[in-house]
Amino acid sequence: MDRILFGDNQFFGVNHASEDKARAQAMRFQDIEAVIGVLRDAYAEGIKTFMCTTHERMSGVCDYFRDNADKYPDYNFYPCMPYAHKYANAAAELGILGAVRSFLPDNNPLGALVKGGLSLARKDVEGLAKMLIDAEMKMFAGLKTPVVFLQNVATDFLLGLGFDEAFRIFADHIKDQYNAEPAFITMNAPRLYATLTKLGIKNPIICANINKVGFRMCGGIDAYAELLNNGDCRMVAMSIFASGALHPKEAIEWLTQYPKLRSVVFGASSRRNIAETKSLIDSLMPEAVAG
Amino acid sequence: MGLSHQSMVNAHPDLDLVAVCDTSTYVLDVLSKYTGVKTYTDHNVMLEKEQLDCLFVATPTRYHSQIVGAALERNLHVFCEKPFALNPEMAYKLAELAESKGLVNQVGYHYRFVGAFNEAKRLLDQQIIGDLHHVRAEAYGPVVLRPKGSTWRSQSAEGGGCLFDYSCHAIDLVNYLVGCPLSVSGSVLNRIFSTDVDDEIYSTFQFSPKLFGQLATNWSDESFRKMSVKISLWGSNGRINVDRQEVQIYLRSNKGLEPGLLTGWNVRNTTELTRPVWFYVRGEEYSAQIDHFAQCMKHRTPTASTFRTAAETSLVAAMIRADAGKARTSVDPASVGTTSPGAEQRDSSRFGIRSIFGRR
Repeated sequence: MDRILFGDNQFFGVNHASEDKARAQAMRFQDIEAVIGVLRDAYAEGIKTFMCTTHERMSGVCDYFRDNADKYPDYNFYPCMPYAHKYANAAAELGILGAVRSFLPDNNPLGALVKGGLSLARKDVEGLAKMLIDAEMKMFAGLKTPVVFLQNVATDFLLGLGFDEAFRIFADHIKDQYNAEPAFITMNAPRLYATLTKLGIKNPIICANINKVGFRMCGGIDAYAELLNNGDCRMVAMSIFASGALHPKEAIEWLTQYPKLRSVVFGASSRRNIAETKSLIDSLMPEAVAG
Repeated sequence: MGLSHQSMVNAHPDLDLVAVCDTSTYVLDVLSKYTGVKTYTDHNVMLEKEQLDCLFVATPTRYHSQIVGAALERNLHVFCEKPFALNPEMAYKLAELAESKGLVNQVGYHYRFVGAFNEAKRLLDQQIIGDLHHVRAEAYGPVVLRPKGSTWRSQSAEGGGCLFDYSCHAIDLVNYLVGCPLSVSGSVLNRIFSTDVDDEIYSTFQFSPKLFGQLATNWSDESFRKMSVKISLWGSNGRINVDRQEVQIYLRSNKGLEPGLLTGWNVRNTTELTRPVWFYVRGEEYSAQIDHFAQCMKHRTPTASTFRTAAETSLVAAMIRADAGKARTSVDPASVGTTSPGAEQRDSSRFGIRSIFGRR
């Protein structure tokens, strides 16, 4: 895993601090070319991994990097699935079963359709989950996806339910089918780590909010510190600026107390901001201590 | 909805999830196989067989009163999803029943648990912007975007429609921040895509001789990524805009009421206003309201979103529906002794507007 990963919230008009800023970003990134332009800037600054929601808009970005593979030979995508709003909206309109049915492949060979129908009829969650994962991964075909994340809404919903088997199904399928590392985004890292450990998922990649003010660090900042210092896991810090509440230097200096922290993900819209944050991370926390 | 409640309840350290009840045996089978939870398809059987302290009700609205009533009769504390009941009569009846039995009761108006709205309430209670004279409550988002839909949300008889959904959230917040209006007028229930229910609602509220408000809600607006509720309040000493992310406060002068606030604009956002929760699934407020219910049960205290306040919200919604059918004042040129401008003239003026906006 790279030390610095590039995030995508800014491209979707997601801003936890202000609706106005969110809307301005949505307008700015209306055209997928604007998104690609920022990714090119990030690449020029040396950021070669894009942690990217499986939103259908991202297929344009995938097309670009596929078509220009010679210019970006070392570019990685870390897909984050599912794009939860898609499922939530479908479930509100079609019910839970209708929603699942609507996302099963319909233009695939007959085999997939029958397999989907059978999985549905047999309540074969494993079969269904694999097909939904495959549907989400389709747009990344031909691109490097060495790590695949389960989005926090899905992770935390399943974690709360105690639907632990789902994590094993996800992890196994990502390893077997995509030869990639399964990874998990969560707002409840200490609890998730305990569950993954119980399931025997070793040295998992866990991406969570890690910031000086403890914003969205459920379980408390001390439990996170314990995980960062002594956990048998690879931690990725997100929301390091706590949605703009912290100054970049202060935020990154605080992170340096956790030498085992593996990676940092951040999003930015301008080359200047990308360059500033990257150089702060490079100078203050050049690499993780092997854990 | 029910599944995310289950996830949060199951993860709560003070609550033991005993059983779940749903009509979908498919979903129940999957849940029981993978999470081991005990399942029922009939709530009466569940209430009969299980020793419960409380019940969370997250069914379509039309079943609320029957299920909530059955639970209260068995002396259970009840958390019910909004908009609580199909009509205010039933809502008040259930509120009285819960109160008479001393049972903890809560309705899932989760905006009451958003840090920014609570900060606005705290500031308003101090009369930081002076005497209020106007309140605007808006809610927009993408729910019904096509002339389609077969769930209960698209059926008026089942408590569907934007009035019961988005509008009730906005009304409940107004009631929470300012108080229940004394009257509603000029109400509009308009359809955009739906055939059986309303998609946008507008209404004018009066709270006192000098305090008025407006409601504007539309669940067919896909320019919003998800539901967005915003309340703007104007007072003699300034204004407050508040949504889930931030509170913007403009003060004509800070008379020393609130240290840290400046004359002019002040912004406080979610990062500083949100209190940590024990478990996060999809927003602190959803976790916080469940924890609040659990704590109120433990300490036998009233909740911050009771059946009674929810009944008041239902009452305002019902009054808007009744008002929407009333006569309106026509814009009639004859009433001022003139005739209507000709069609030709109107067309040319519209063309004029278009040509202005066409110049870029």
